[in-house]
Amino acid sequence: MGLWQTLFPSGLFTASFMQNAWLAGTAVAALSALVGFFVVLRGATFVAHAVPRASFAGAAGAVLAGGDTVLGLAIFSALSALGMAALGTRRDQGQTTALVLMAALGLGSLFLALGGAYAPEVYALLFGQIVGIGRMDVYAILGLLLLALAATALLYRPLLWSSVAPDVAEAKGVPRRRMEILFLLLVALAATAAVPIVGALLSFSLMVGPAAAAAYFGRSPGQALGIAVLIGILSIWLSLVFAYDTGLPVGFFVAAVTAVFYGLGRLWAHLWQIERGRGQVPV
Amino acid sequence: MRNLDPVRTHEDSVLDLQGVAVHLGGRAVLHGIDLSLRPGEFVGVIGPNGAGKTTLLKIILGLLRPDEGTVQVAGRDVRAARSLVGYVPQSFAPDPDLPLRARDLVALGLDGARWGFSLGGARRRAKVEEALSWVDALHYADQPVGRLSGGELQRLLVAQALISDPRIVLLDEPLANLDLRSQGDVVALVGRVAHVRGVTVVLVTHDMNPLLSVMDRILYLARGQAALGTVDEVVRGDVLTQLYGHHVDVVRVHGRILVVGGADAESLTCGTCDG
Repeated sequence: MGLWQTLFPSGLFTASFMQNAWLAGTAVAALSALVGFFVVLRGATFVAHAVPRASFAGAAGAVLAGGDTVLGLAIFSALSALGMAALGTRRDQGQTTALVLMAALGLGSLFLALGGAYAPEVYALLFGQIVGIGRMDVYAILGLLLLALAATALLYRPLLWSSVAPDVAEAKGVPRRRMEILFLLLVALAATAAVPIVGALLSFSLMVGPAAAAAYFGRSPGQALGIAVLIGILSIWLSLVFAYDTGLPVGFFVAAVTAVFYGLGRLWAHLWQIERGRGQVPV
Repeated sequence: MRNLDPVRTHEDSVLDLQGVAVHLGGRAVLHGIDLSLRPGEFVGVIGPNGAGKTTLLKIILGLLRPDEGTVQVAGRDVRAARSLVGYVPQSFAPDPDLPLRARDLVALGLDGARWGFSLGGARRRAKVEEALSWVDALHYADQPVGRLSGGELQRLLVAQALISDPRIVLLDEPLANLDLRSQGDVVALVGRVAHVRGVTVVLVTHDMNPLLSVMDRILYLARGQAALGTVDEVVRGDVLTQLYGHHVDVVRVHGRILVVGGADAESLTCGTCDG
C-alpha cells in the first residue's frame, strides 16, 4: 500500500484498454522520436507541426464521407507532405508549409461544417484518445513503426548527410530533392500513427520534444537518435501513469513531460559547456 | 578559350573539358571551354561574379549537363566518375547544438552516400582517424562541429572531401569567410595535402593573391570564356584585356597582383578585395 499503490494501481497494467495504450503509446513514441531526430537535424520543426494538423482535415473528410478516419489521416498527411515538397523553395520553406497547412485547415473546417456540428471521432483526433483504441489499432501502429524503422535503416546515411551538409551530399550523389520528399513522407507516416493516439494538436510535442532534448545529451548522431527514442518512450510511459492516476488528459502530460526533458537537455548542455570552458586554455 | 599550356597530354589528364558550352535562360554562361588538368596540380579559378565559376563547378560535379561538349574525369564520363571528385562547399554553418562530432562529419565523406547504416568497425575508424590527421584535426575529433571555428570546420571539410581518395577535389570559395591568417593556413594545408596525395586541386576564389605561392596554374574566367596557364602567362594586361573584352591593366605591388579595369571597371574583379 501507500505511495507505490497510489502511483501504480493494479488496473494500470492489467486493464485491457491500458495494455493497448501501453503498446500503442510505446510504438508511437518510438516512431515519433525516430522521425523527430531528422526533423530536428534539418531544422524542419514547422513541417512537423504542420503535417499532423493538415492530416486532421483528412479525418474530417473521412467522417463526412463515412470512411475510415485513419485512412483519411494517412491520405491527407501524405498529400500535404508532398505538397510541401513540391512547392517548397530553399529560401523559405516556412511560407509554402504555411500555405499548404492553411489550405488543409480550410478544407477541414468545410468538411466539419458539412458533416454536422459535432463529430466525436473528429474531436478525439484533435486531442487524441490513447485509452480508447482497440487491439487492431495497436497492430496497425506497430506495422507503421516497422515500416518507419525499415525506411530509416535503409535511408540512414544518405538522409543524415543530406540533412547536415546538403551541398556536399548532393555533389556526391545524394539528391537533395529526393531526400526532402522521402523525409516528408516519413513525417507523414509518423503523423498518421501519432494523431489518433496523442491528437493532431499535441503529436508535434512527441515528434520534436524528445529529439530536441536528445540533441543536447547525445554527441554523435547515433547517440542522439538512441537517446531521442528513449526519452520519447519514457515520456509516454510517465504520461500514461500520470494520466491514469489523475484522470487528466494524456496529451497534457506528454507536452509537459517532453518540455521538462527539453529543459533538462538545455541545462545539461549549459553545465557541460561551463565545465568544458573551465578546462580550456585561453588562446 | 586560350589554352596557353602548350603540352596537352590527354593520357594522364585528370579532368578533360572539350568544347563545353552552357546556355541558361538564353544566355551563354560558358562557351568554348577546353581544358585539361594534370594529376596533382593546384589550379586557382578566378573571375568576376557571373563569369561562370559556379556553373563550371556544377559541370565538373556532374550536377549540370553541358549543352555542348564533353566532360571527362580520369577518362570516364563525369557521371560515372563521381567518386573520383571531392567537393568542399562554399558555406557550412552547423547549428551549435548539432549532435555531430568532427569525426562523424568526416566519416560521411567516406560512405555517406551508401544505403543503410554503418556499424562502425576498426577499419572505418582508422580511415577516419587517418583523414583527420591529414588536416591536423585529430585533437578536436570528438568536438561537436557546431562549436568549431571557421578554419577548423574548413579543415574538416577538406578531410571529408579527401577521405574517399578522389583524383580531383573542388573547393568553392573556401576562403570567403576566413580572416587573412586562416586563409593562408587553409591554402597551405590544401596545397600540402593535395601534393602529398597526388590530388588535383581546383580552388575557386575571388582573390588570387593568397594562392600565388601554391598555385601551379590559374584558370581565369570572364564572360563565359576561360584562359588557363601559369600566373605569368595569364595574368597579363594583353591576355586579360582580350578575355574581358576591354582594356585591363595588371599591376604588381609588394608581391601582390592587382587587376585594374579601364572605362568599364564595374564589371571587373578586384584583385585585392579580401573576401
